[in-house]
Amino acid sequence: MVSPGAPPRLELSGISKRFAGVAALEGVDFRLAAGEVHGLVGENGAGKSTLMKIIAGVHAEYEGEMRLDGRPVRFRNPREARDAGIGMVHQELSIVPALSVAENVLLGRQPLNRLGLVAWRRMRAAARAQLEALGLDIDPAVPAGSLPLGLQQMVELARVLLSGARILILDEPTSALSPPEVEWLFALLDRLRADGRSVVFISHFLDDVLRVSDSVTVFRNGRRVGSAAAREAGKPWLIERMIGAGHERLEESYSEAIPLAPRSRAPVVLAVEELGVEGLFGPASLELHAGEVLGLYGFMGSGQLDLARALSGKLRPDRGTVRVDGRVARLGRGTPGAKRAGIAYVPESRRAMLFAGESVTRNISIAVLERINRLLLRPRQERRIAEGHVRRLGIRPARVDLPVGQLSGGNQQKVALARWLTHLPRVLLLSEPTRGMDVGAKDDVVRIVRGLREQGVGILVVSSEPETVLSLADRILVMRRGLLAEEFAGEAVGKDRLLAAA
Amino acid sequence: MPNELTEATPRGRLAETLRGQLRNLAPFATLIALIALFSALSPSFATLANLGNVLQQVSITAIIAVGLTYVILCAEIDLSVAAVANATGILLAVLTVQDASTGIATLPLPGGLAILVALLGSLALGGVTALGVTRIGIPSFIMTLAMLQIASGIGALLVRGQIAYSVPDLLLTLGSGSIGPVPWVVVVAGVVLLLGHLVLTYTRFGRYIYMVGGNREAAEHSGVGVRAVVGTALVISALCSGLAGMLGVAYFGSAQQNQFDNYLLDAISAVVVGGTSLFGGQGGIGNTILGVLVLGVLNNGLDHIRMDSFLKILIRGLVLLLALVINVYAQRLRSRRRSAA
Ligand SMILES: Nc1ncnc2c1ncn2[C@@H]1O[C@H](COP(=O)(O)OP(=O)(O)OP(=O)(O)O)[C@@H](O)[C@H]1O
Ligand SMILES: [Mg+2]
Repeated sequence: MVSPGAPPRLELSGISKRFAGVAALEGVDFRLAAGEVHGLVGENGAGKSTLMKIIAGVHAEYEGEMRLDGRPVRFRNPREARDAGIGMVHQELSIVPALSVAENVLLGRQPLNRLGLVAWRRMRAAARAQLEALGLDIDPAVPAGSLPLGLQQMVELARVLLSGARILILDEPTSALSPPEVEWLFALLDRLRADGRSVVFISHFLDDVLRVSDSVTVFRNGRRVGSAAAREAGKPWLIERMIGAGHERLEESYSEAIPLAPRSRAPVVLAVEELGVEGLFGPASLELHAGEVLGLYGFMGSGQLDLARALSGKLRPDRGTVRVDGRVARLGRGTPGAKRAGIAYVPESRRAMLFAGESVTRNISIAVLERINRLLLRPRQERRIAEGHVRRLGIRPARVDLPVGQLSGGNQQKVALARWLTHLPRVLLLSEPTRGMDVGAKDDVVRIVRGLREQGVGILVVSSEPETVLSLADRILVMRRGLLAEEFAGEAVGKDRLLAAA
Repeated sequence: MPNELTEATPRGRLAETLRGQLRNLAPFATLIALIALFSALSPSFATLANLGNVLQQVSITAIIAVGLTYVILCAEIDLSVAAVANATGILLAVLTVQDASTGIATLPLPGGLAILVALLGSLALGGVTALGVTRIGIPSFIMTLAMLQIASGIGALLVRGQIAYSVPDLLLTLGSGSIGPVPWVVVVAGVVLLLGHLVLTYTRFGRYIYMVGGNREAAEHSGVGVRAVVGTALVISALCSGLAGMLGVAYFGSAQQNQFDNYLLDAISAVVVGGTSLFGGQGGIGNTILGVLVLGVLNNGLDHIRMDSFLKILIRGLVLLLALVINVYAQRLRSRRRSAA
């Protein structure tokens, strides 16, 4: 692949980056060889995304040096990085929902006709051909926003891939993909490697990282704490470096079966009868008991997220009834109605639940304003509540006045969860609650959810990650093509059986 | 919101803070610069009497701009403010005894009642706008354009091209009287601005306005009644316009069609020049006060230096354009800063 002595494709040395005087990266060295897939792991807020954004030209101010094929470079903006052959798929989706798939894929590279206008027909044909070459069968004419999340993520991947980048940075690309789609991505990575392209692969799924990477690097508190060949590094090795010794058991693989609880005898808090939304899911019926965690598993696009959305009042159901504590909840009236009925909802997308420019305090207090005041706000009490949650959930940095947009992805997720922990709802709907969280933080979520269960909250965990459901749920329902297909309770269940049922 | 974060060195940090405050600093600096400029160019500008003039001239715009600030903070727009003001003013005149020579069909009520009914009229217009936007889902830009036409139509039907001169005594005092040296209309505007500010900053409703403007979807997911918040903002805007319309009739000394036409652009300009974000969620009454003063000083100052009145129109357009550029630029700085994780 590379002649010995040739400089690495990309070499970073002594990179430091501070935000508001707080170090996000300190003296980081990083090498990426041609034709390698390099796994990057570390806790939430360890600085992974920040380093990648420096490489991709998003952050232009930093200390240290970057060399591309031995040549020193310093990108002032993402365009310069792109022109140098660096493409990045960000942690949060950044496709343009209103534009067609073709426009998204060819963004900035649309074919023009003689008049200098976009040649639509040619553009669609080109997009279709290029998507097919990647093994994707997606209609290039539909708006990208109308696709299921997994396909949107694949469109975004395709865009960066097809831009001809020699260095590809994938920041948690699998978090929105279903298992078959993940397989598609991994096969693609093999082809890229064979092409001599270089890939940085960031993920909190350590098994995945070890499987696809040639080498792995671990970050901790803004420093690089170790790099190794993936063959030699095992999971315990990674976890020990990520969060210290003694936690190796944190991330179980769930290839072993997990024993589930028998059906609960506690009173039913949420009774869903024949609920459905035309074209999305249903009719579906289920019962959730007080102090029970019910897992709802299904591939991306199987309708489980829509079921949660309908229960939250976000999506208007066209059939069925929902009862909370035996009383009919009127869900057609939007989210305030659901909230009043005692249903709280944490959606899967951070962008859809957080106010990026507002402080942590305001993001947490928004859900309790009705409780802590009549007419006038009480900022000091808001702050006290927020500080309590930040301490208990281990949100870092532990500052409640920081705009939420400046926290790392996993910490943002905790803020969103904290919102509902002040006054407990009867029913808590969690959509993909651990997406993007590191192993330690996932463990925190498990603890939080267990605590809520002890206090009698009925919790519905909706996810397309078998691990998430298995680590949290007492009982599991599997959804397939919009319908509830199978129930697991009172027996031992492993990942394989869930996948088979979905 | 002054909680922006900064980068690296102390100097870089200062620069960053300044940039974060761009939307507040730009109008403030503009105001100071304009005052300095006009004071230097015209001896009659920087006098106490002229300060009173400026304040009096901007009072009605300021009242309209308060309501508009609420709407723009929600990331919506209200184009009907001037038309609603006009219709309310005319309605008030119709509810007052008019000289027979005006030829207007009146329905006289006691003064206090007439004011109340006229205000209810503007409330009803605002209610219709709110329903159209929040229940039916018509974009506010189009809905308020329709309301502009509807309100103008109502006003036109009521006066039929005539001019009414009488308003209830109470309003005559508020609109054109003064306590000592201070015109009442300035006092009323001050009270409305203060109230507007207090509600925005210290009440739950005010907080919801910012949250809805900041991220509507997230507000919805937090259980905020987004439609109620937006609807209320539109109704508040109509009420402010209605109040301004009644005061305006007293201030001008007459009620007739199209007399408020300039106020639509003035009020929108004031909010935007003041630095409230056109994308919602940022800004406030403080900004609007700055914006109103910048426009007021500009208008008044240009008269003092005897600027060609036709050129004046162009200058105001250019100032608005500049404000828009700064507004959008400040927004971009901010979203760049917030891109994290
Ligand atoms: N734009 C920003 N402004 C201020 N601080 C920031 C910004 N972006 C990131 N940070 C901070 O830098 C640190 C590193 O964040 P980064 O997003 O790189 O973490 P990460 O390793 O990608 O975590 P995750 O796994 O949660 O995505 C965090 O403490 C974060 O709060
Ligand atoms: Mg990250």
